[in-house]
Amino acid sequence: MTPKLESVGKPYPKVDGAAKVRGQAVYADDIHLPRMLHCKILRAQAPHARIVSVDTSAARRLPGVVAVITGRDLPIKFGILPVTQDEAALEGEKVRYVGDPVAAVAAVDEETAAAACDAIAVEYELLNPVMTIEEALKEAAQEPIQPYTRRTDNIHRQVAYEFGEVDAGFTAADHIREDVYFFQGNTHLPMEQHSAVATYVDGKLTLWSSTQVVHYVHRALARTLELPMDRIRVIGAVHGGGFGGKTDPFSHEIVVAKLAMLTGRPVKCTLTREEVFYAHRGRHPVLMWVRTGVKKNGRITAMHFRSALDGGAYGSYGAATVFYTGVLQTVTYALPAYRFEGSRLFTNKPPCGPKRGHGTPQARFAIEMHLEKIAHEIGVDPVAMKRLNFVKPFSRAVNWLRITSCGLEECTEKVLAASGFQIRERRPGHGMGFAISTYMSGAGTAIYWNDMPHSEVQIKVDRSGATLFCGAMDIGQGSDSVLAHIAAEELGLRPRDIRLVTADTDTTPIDLGSYSSRVTFMAGNAALEAARKMRALLVAAVAEKMGVADVEEIDVGDGRIGEFSFLEAAELAETKFGMLTSGGSYKPPRIGGPFKGSGVGPSPAYSYTAAVVDVDADPRTGIVTVNKVWIAHDIGRSINPLLVIGQVEGGVYMGLGEVLMEEQAFRKGLHKWPSMLDYKSPTFLDTPPIETFLIETIDPEGPYGAKEAGQGPLLPVIPAVSLAVHDALGVWVEETPITPEKVLRALETKAKGEPPRYGPKSFPKIPYPPLVMVQPPAPDDLRVGAELEAALGGGS
Amino acid sequence: MLTGFNLQSVSLKDELARPVQKELTSLRVNGEEHDLYLPVHHSLLEVLREELRLTGTKHGCELGECGTCTVLIDGEPQLSCLVLPLQVEGREITTIEGLADGADAHPLQEAFEELAAAQCGYCTPGILLAASALLKRNARPARLEIQEALAGNLCRCTGYAKIIEAVELAAGRMS
Repeated sequence: MTPKLESVGKPYPKVDGAAKVRGQAVYADDIHLPRMLHCKILRAQAPHARIVSVDTSAARRLPGVVAVITGRDLPIKFGILPVTQDEAALEGEKVRYVGDPVAAVAAVDEETAAAACDAIAVEYELLNPVMTIEEALKEAAQEPIQPYTRRTDNIHRQVAYEFGEVDAGFTAADHIREDVYFFQGNTHLPMEQHSAVATYVDGKLTLWSSTQVVHYVHRALARTLELPMDRIRVIGAVHGGGFGGKTDPFSHEIVVAKLAMLTGRPVKCTLTREEVFYAHRGRHPVLMWVRTGVKKNGRITAMHFRSALDGGAYGSYGAATVFYTGVLQTVTYALPAYRFEGSRLFTNKPPCGPKRGHGTPQARFAIEMHLEKIAHEIGVDPVAMKRLNFVKPFSRAVNWLRITSCGLEECTEKVLAASGFQIRERRPGHGMGFAISTYMSGAGTAIYWNDMPHSEVQIKVDRSGATLFCGAMDIGQGSDSVLAHIAAEELGLRPRDIRLVTADTDTTPIDLGSYSSRVTFMAGNAALEAARKMRALLVAAVAEKMGVADVEEIDVGDGRIGEFSFLEAAELAETKFGMLTSGGSYKPPRIGGPFKGSGVGPSPAYSYTAAVVDVDADPRTGIVTVNKVWIAHDIGRSINPLLVIGQVEGGVYMGLGEVLMEEQAFRKGLHKWPSMLDYKSPTFLDTPPIETFLIETIDPEGPYGAKEAGQGPLLPVIPAVSLAVHDALGVWVEETPITPEKVLRALETKAKGEPPRYGPKSFPKIPYPPLVMVQPPAPDDLRVGAELEAALGGGS
Repeated sequence: MLTGFNLQSVSLKDELARPVQKELTSLRVNGEEHDLYLPVHHSLLEVLREELRLTGTKHGCELGECGTCTVLIDGEPQLSCLVLPLQVEGREITTIEGLADGADAHPLQEAFEELAAAQCGYCTPGILLAASALLKRNARPARLEIQEALAGNLCRCTGYAKIIEAVELAAGRMS
């Protein structure tokens, strides 16, 4: 560990801040190239239909139209996960949701391209749309939405696991309770509409895009266009917001590339706001059933959790999302035995995918409320009962997930003390709620199976200074700044002294991009390794010049290395060694247990968060007003506290939107509100003061001890609000968003003397596959990597 | 014909068949005069970005819903996606490129940079301009006045907290 930190932990401004506040940052749609054509995509107007014919002749005749393409031009399917290569850039045979891409036009301007799309005649044979979880579980009326599931219903993916002795756990329980919850879907709503620009010059394709992962777009382009990867360059333009919504490769990225190849001219496509709602990949609507057994004191003896995910029409990340609704239950509360059954269903709606928290906020909403109800029933203080069941630092969960640093207790102490939760004012309509959460610092396995590093960083130093190269994509969260902090720390510079080249597949080494809260931990560790190697070269040259035998005696810091300035040291090292370059790589250790499917859930470290929310809930109107949020986040270590607090505040805000207003809902096959006016999200006036506490637990494997901040802090906010509403009005609203209407309906049932709740009545019967029975590890078995592999005898 | 939702509510190909009316339009943007021959139906947003290449002005909806494309017209915040250039001939249009005094950043820009009030930065130009208009008419706004003045500008990254703090910091420094 570095004894005294000079850059790490300091609230320096973001390295890209100046360009952004001056309007000089170039986002994808800001790119204008000579002779550039504009592309529009014709999208399906029916939720489920076979394409009988597509007639583009009238469109081609319009003046100003340069090219028109259909599914025939891009027949190779793609998809983010290798197991679900189920999307076509332009669908040729069938459309599966309103908004599915069917044809595309390149024209001299956007208006001409839109008019040409209007002139394309598509004949459809309509099929019955499947719009709900219940419908998806039934036999398909005509044909399933996707053919590859080889089923007659619309079940996409199922998982069924049992860790430990669940039946015995329930037998040992003094009290058992079951509940059903529904978490409505919602979308990322990034301020920037997706945009991509392609050029094709001398057999080489270049694409600028507002993507979160240049590497995955690179792979999708190579596959669908049948080009070698070295003939494709993907550059991440300055990014206008992702939250998971720009993690998949998208139709429009492939379409503009194809059109550039066909026309020999640059082509741009920027989605309209309505199209962004169809691109989606947002939060899955999830129906959940949970059964938990506890002892008299509230200690959990067993849990059985079921989820049914409304996945939309394509796979996207869904095969992973279904796992995520279940697997992280074990790393918040210690479960001695756990059974998890999940199903993802196909429906004729825009595909759901990863949104901030990826599959876990739904379960957190359910579990936090469910445990609170149990506590009320057995007469134990809910907070005390939750604390009794907190996981312990440096332990192993029943499903083999390994916990390292864990600041749950410290986070809880902080928010309880700061908010005065336990001495809160008791008046009608006022309430407070407390909840906790965890999240991964990067997924332990890659999207596509390989043994290569997840992050690679190169540092180049010469007589002009230092430059860091990394494929990571800064989506506004500040990953460029984090990399600069780390390199600066090791080289004795300031973050702004580090030149950065990021997210460019020609020039930067591979990084798997901005998703799963992985960049600080993984790219950060790679940067640390590269920077330490570079530092060693500089120190060696300086030590030789100074005639010092022990390199440990050379101080690095304040822009100096020993007696020399950084640039003088660089000159000495360049003279001694020649070209100065260093590399670092990071690959997470093998953590998962000896069973198939153990790859989803492991992370080298988990962040922890606790939150208290204070609300006023009006029993006459049902309106819930959030007065304040206190949140404490175990960040491991803050590389830059300003950026960490920014992530926490942004997560709180997004959680408040999800729990109180945001809803991606459909009616008769159509999105109910594909506009920013109708899709309600919190404004300046709706967002309460947020008091943030950062807890540093110094994780042994994170760079300087750092863990994630981008996703975890969203998670406890949602149940904390719902619990605060219960505290205020004595009703359980067990379905998000908690709208005034639902609050009033719950109050009505209470007034009638029925159970005071609003929420789903039951969980459907779902035919699950046989349970995979997994022998749990010893709770103190912390072995990972080669040690674990050896112990398991190489099994997977 | 489908009963489904029509993504384009008017027939664009018929629209395109009509001759486009163009007018010589004089716009004063960030103190500079531009004489442009423009289709009359193009929005100020389109003209700023595509004709003048002032791409600092962003867009999030082009329907007047998100505030992202805010510019100042005679010092007042306006949504450039809802303004036609002919409406603003002879008026003073200020975009984010015109907020700084040459090389010197506006105090709001400095404060936003300092407090990391710009994360992805996409809503930032519009918010900076709206905030600058607020501080012109109210040098020391209360927190609620800041929230009200900026309520038409959506931001998905920051939770608004750092933005409010940055406006307060700039206001303190300016007065």
